[in-house]
Amino acid sequence: METSKADKVFEHLTRALGLLVLATALGGFVTLCILSWPSIKAFGLSFLWSRDWDPVANKFGALPFVVGTLATSFLALLMATPFSLGTGLFLTEYAPKKLKEVMGFMVELLAAIPSVIYGLWGIFFLVPLVRRLEMALNVPPYGVGAFTASLILAIMILPYATSVIREVISMVPRDLKEGAYALGATRWEVMRFVVLPYARSGIFAGIVLALGRALGETMAVTMVIGNRNEILKGLFAPTNTMASVIANEFTEATSRVYLASLVEIGLILFVITLLVNIAARVITERLKVNQEGFS
Amino acid sequence: MNKNLPRRLGKDRAATLVVFLLAIIPMVPLFLILLQLVMKGATSLNLQFLTSLPRPPGETGGGVLNAIAGSVILVTLASVMAVPTGILAGIYLAEYRDKILPHAIRVAADLLQGTPSIVIGILAYAWVVRPMHHFSALAGSGALAIIMLPVIVRTTEEVLVLVPKDLREAALALGVPRWRMILKVVLPTGMVGVTTGVLLSMARVAGETAPLLFTAFGNPFLSWKPTEPIDAMPLVIFNYATSPYPHWWRQAWSASLLLIAMVVLLNIAARLMARKIGGR
Repeated sequence: METSKADKVFEHLTRALGLLVLATALGGFVTLCILSWPSIKAFGLSFLWSRDWDPVANKFGALPFVVGTLATSFLALLMATPFSLGTGLFLTEYAPKKLKEVMGFMVELLAAIPSVIYGLWGIFFLVPLVRRLEMALNVPPYGVGAFTASLILAIMILPYATSVIREVISMVPRDLKEGAYALGATRWEVMRFVVLPYARSGIFAGIVLALGRALGETMAVTMVIGNRNEILKGLFAPTNTMASVIANEFTEATSRVYLASLVEIGLILFVITLLVNIAARVITERLKVNQEGFS
Repeated sequence: MNKNLPRRLGKDRAATLVVFLLAIIPMVPLFLILLQLVMKGATSLNLQFLTSLPRPPGETGGGVLNAIAGSVILVTLASVMAVPTGILAGIYLAEYRDKILPHAIRVAADLLQGTPSIVIGILAYAWVVRPMHHFSALAGSGALAIIMLPVIVRTTEEVLVLVPKDLREAALALGVPRWRMILKVVLPTGMVGVTTGVLLSMARVAGETAPLLFTAFGNPFLSWKPTEPIDAMPLVIFNYATSPYPHWWRQAWSASLLLIAMVVLLNIAARLMARKIGGR
């Protein structure tokens, strides 16, 4: 009797704490909606495509930040993908065992460096470097801007894409590879015609996951993007992302609508990253089913 | 066929070179960052830097004691909130086979894990700062706890599911009540894995800045009260790096060196733990 009662209590306790996780996620979404209500009411859907961001006139629109986020994230993805793919292949198929361990650790270290330290390095190393490049290219030498932000994002998301790619490549069945080698294929041919096609959807999932990271990245971007609230004018132009405008202006938001607009940008960011993460998940789920079918 | 062979081999060699280069180039920024952290950070890193409070801009000297203490307090408070909650919720997912709820909780945890940390900051602002009407260490650690929670929940579940059925059945057969079986047999067996997850999540939040900007806010004085604003290492690095004072830039590098040392130590500890599991 006593023990079964204690069992019940313990079970209810763990369930309640599980529910707390669920409540945090749901409550978070509801909270974002409630807090951004003044802005949703004032601007409606036009918030999404308005370019105004004028705290004095209390007129707000998210377009410059949505564009800034998408542009920097996709550019970062474009830059990071070949390197993550190369690193993934190198760590699974090319490197000798010792080197694999050392480089694997270094890639993890790249993921462990806090965002704000990337930002610091960006300000004092990358920005002057990009400024010199801009002078050579005859564009206004801000140094800060979308390009610098994308560059730093590319470095930051590389380990995430790499770790997924590495994992899926190592799951390619040995028989397939050995069969190809037995037929006289070179190592590159095995990669090109066996490993990469087999791992394709997993590689894609890794890249999508890295995109999710890039979209929400805040500090490093805030420190090097130039923080200008206008729509992206060119590759090197200073602009702002959704995350960086929140980081910059949240404590300065004086009016109700101003704060609500910033929260609504947070809500949009939340929904976009949610969709991207769901996409990555759907791909990996399908991958699992495929593999079960295979064996 | 034979005519093709040299070309195929050449292609193979070229591909090997390209793969090698693609793998080596990302290591360049890593080395540059670490090298510059050590070179620029070591110059201002001294006893005074560790043990004194910041001085006003223009005056040299001063340190980041407030931020070191703040970071320790924030991460400790966040762990106090997130670790027991996360482990017990993880136990629920691993041990109790309800129908829909565990699935929903897993989805919620993944969703929280994918949420940008700046958005988590907004939530802590709404839930703690607004009702209290001022920034506080409590709000900051709350935000960090929300970031830690899903990581701990999922690792705990993953680890506990791997604990062999025999162990549970043996304990239950001896007449041990289920909750004691879980706490005394299952959890200790998986403790190493759980600790790894906890350490990794601590390492991650120790470097988080975005969720602290409008929750913990920062504080140039030493503060121990959870209800007061508090400083943190990442906040100091951000504020100093974006300031116009060269003296603060130097201190930002030193603070970064200190922070990365903390984060790397936690990571290494977690890795050693993880290796211990592998050895079993």
